[in-house]
Amino acid sequence: MKAIGLITVFSLGMALFYATIDFPPWADPQSPASLHVSPHYIQETMKETDVSNVVTSVLADYRGFDTMFETSVIFTAGIAVILILRKYSKKEDEKFLPEVSEEAEPDIIIQTVTRIIVPFIQLFALYVIAHGHHSPGGGFQGGVILGASFILLAISFNLKAMLRRISERKDILLGGIGLLIYSGIGALCVLLGANFLNYKVLHLIIPEASQVEARSYGILGVEIGVAIAVMAIMIAIYANLSSDGKYDKGL
Amino acid sequence: MIWQFDLIILALVVISAIAAITIKDLLSAGVILGAYSFLMCLLWTEMGAVDVAFTEASVGAGVSTVFMIAAVYKTTRRTKD
Repeated sequence: MKAIGLITVFSLGMALFYATIDFPPWADPQSPASLHVSPHYIQETMKETDVSNVVTSVLADYRGFDTMFETSVIFTAGIAVILILRKYSKKEDEKFLPEVSEEAEPDIIIQTVTRIIVPFIQLFALYVIAHGHHSPGGGFQGGVILGASFILLAISFNLKAMLRRISERKDILLGGIGLLIYSGIGALCVLLGANFLNYKVLHLIIPEASQVEARSYGILGVEIGVAIAVMAIMIAIYANLSSDGKYDKGL
Repeated sequence: MIWQFDLIILALVVISAIAAITIKDLLSAGVILGAYSFLMCLLWTEMGAVDVAFTEASVGAGVSTVFMIAAVYKTTRRTKD
């Protein structure tokens, strides 16, 4: 069995290596991507979208449809985890008993440090989301950092302490709302008479914004949606994994 | 790009990847996978893809390591194979 696996992996790897021969050479200025697509994005981003970070403008504006479905992939993954792991009955499942069963003493140093540091983590996450236009960062990273702050709370206290701040119902609702913000902004563009996710027309409803600035605001809006969805799904996955779907004490 | 850094980080990435799949203790494998993600993050930064590095640091090295450890904690620590 192991030999078959090795042969499969080896031949598949060889096939992939063979396929790379067809690629244009690395950093070739004559390759199709460097001739038309990249120069347009690099030179016109500032003029067209008012966003200085090219990665953000490509991710949320030029390729906004891709990012919307990336967000829905994360949402679907979270829903799948909840469907598989969540248990609503109180009955004990004896199939997997954790090897470490003794309760750890709550540590005052860890809890105090967590209490001090969590607000700063969340503030940094908001900065990452809002400053994604001009520096590395954006909705995904900021959302993950926001989710990580809640996970830190759940690890250093217990899951109940986290659920008091963000309940299961609220969390899953937030996941849906995040995705709804993204697709809602897209649908709003359709209602205003442009293509789906063409933020240019948002200048009709944002006061004192030109078409270029409207694109910048549209990007900010979808980043916020992504961040909310990612945060909620990260928390939901952690809560289900750590409490075996029972939402009790957790780890 | 400094090729000496590239070489050292790439060697460490390969070493930690091999260590993560050969080690028997699943908890250690999870932690080594976190180290692997962090080294990949360094490699992305070194190649100038800072946005990808940021994502790798937060998702790969941060949250997914926690998920791995939570999953190991709730199942078993030893592999069967």
